[in-house]
Amino acid sequence: MNKGLVKISPCFEDVMPQEYKELVEKGSYGQDYGVADLGSFKELIEEHPLCAGCGLALSMRLILASLPNPESTIIVGSTGCSALAFSQVALHNIHSLFGNQNAVATGLKRALKLRFPDEIKDVVVIAGDGATADIGLDMVMQSWFRRENITTIMLDNEAYANTGGQESGMTAEKAVLNMAPKGKNFPKVNLADVAQVAGCAYVATCNPAKSRVLEKAVKRAILAAREIGPTYVQIYAPCPTNYKLKPDEVLATVKNREKEGTYPTGEFISAKAQELFESLEGGSK
Amino acid sequence: MLNRYYRVQAGPEGYLPPAAASMGVMLPEKGEALVEGIIVSEEEAMQKIAEKIVNAKNPVFFPGPNILWAWNDSVLEKAYAVNDLVQSSGARVIPMPDYRPKYPMINPEVEINPNHPNLTIWHNHIDVCVFVGVHCHYANIALKIIRGGTDCYTIAICGEAGHEDAMISLRDVSIDTLRRLNDVIKSTGEGLK
Repeated sequence: MNKGLVKISPCFEDVMPQEYKELVEKGSYGQDYGVADLGSFKELIEEHPLCAGCGLALSMRLILASLPNPESTIIVGSTGCSALAFSQVALHNIHSLFGNQNAVATGLKRALKLRFPDEIKDVVVIAGDGATADIGLDMVMQSWFRRENITTIMLDNEAYANTGGQESGMTAEKAVLNMAPKGKNFPKVNLADVAQVAGCAYVATCNPAKSRVLEKAVKRAILAAREIGPTYVQIYAPCPTNYKLKPDEVLATVKNREKEGTYPTGEFISAKAQELFESLEGGSK
Repeated sequence: MLNRYYRVQAGPEGYLPPAAASMGVMLPEKGEALVEGIIVSEEEAMQKIAEKIVNAKNPVFFPGPNILWAWNDSVLEKAYAVNDLVQSSGARVIPMPDYRPKYPMINPEVEINPNHPNLTIWHNHIDVCVFVGVHCHYANIALKIIRGGTDCYTIAICGEAGHEDAMISLRDVSIDTLRRLNDVIKSTGEGLK
């Protein structure tokens, strides 16, 4: 798709709701907007039903502003808090069964390659930690082993948040949640390292407190997935409801965790991805 | 449960009305159409559509994404043909630009959504509605909800195989079909003068 396709049939322009006219006229389709431009264009998500201060909601907003090609991006989601918001997003999106997201994305990407061989179609999986690291780990890892050209983004709130607060594989060791009152008994899964070993061309861990870093990671992951193979971005997006944080404490928590080294950020760039980024970014990292 | 006497008529039929297909209503073959669950000729169905629209107090067209967005030249041509229908019918247009549920609520004054179409129908006191250019699976959801919760008469102008859950449904609708329907509506309207 290109921006030329996102236009209203002239005979129905007068009845189209204002929101859609603005998406066409002031939206990010076909534009080179980024997080620095937030506030100056019509965003792909404006309303959502997530909790006040939700780290996941802020991360989604930043991810959507970072997409290099929003008009030709298809999001594949899974069960979880993010699924409640993704139906509000002005992008094509597919909600898959819990854990199936990378299998669905695989089929979708392969079909799009056949149907539109000369066009860029980005398939981006955005799912929570439960869907990515627990229930869907099989599908996630198999898609990496097969070197599928899809980007996997995990919104890691370290819990099954909308079912009352059960621990997930990504919950930190000893963390106490409503449904894990004794504290978690084993360490947080290091999925970033697993992704690297499993064949991802680019892996990043980041958080919404550093929006430009997050933007760069999302863009790089999508561009590398187009050209090379699977990529993985893990975003720490704390849940204020289950971790008993006030909305204004969420970003401070993110910063503290990074500072104390319990949620480090960083990148793994394969040799092929490095070559690609150097050609696209003029040698800058 | 199959019921050979089941008729697809204006509701409100109550919470969770059955899918007409599950009650034995079959889709029409090519060249045929459905009127209230019975297979009739396309011409007969067109005449019924014209009568319903012309006699309605507040007929409204619900164009969907297939024609609201200018995907290609063929779509544009179809959109203009639907617009001609709207003009001939003296109907109002309320668009269904996409299928997002858009919680907490859509604005029923200016748009309709397949997840809660009853809100738009109640708000605007619509007695006859015409679905056109809506993807079939979303049209089916909306048609059932409307039949369940409102007394609105539903018409589906479909480019594919038609809709059992609409009170009247045409299938394989092309630009030529739209033009023929337009002629029928015009002549029916003239007959009432």
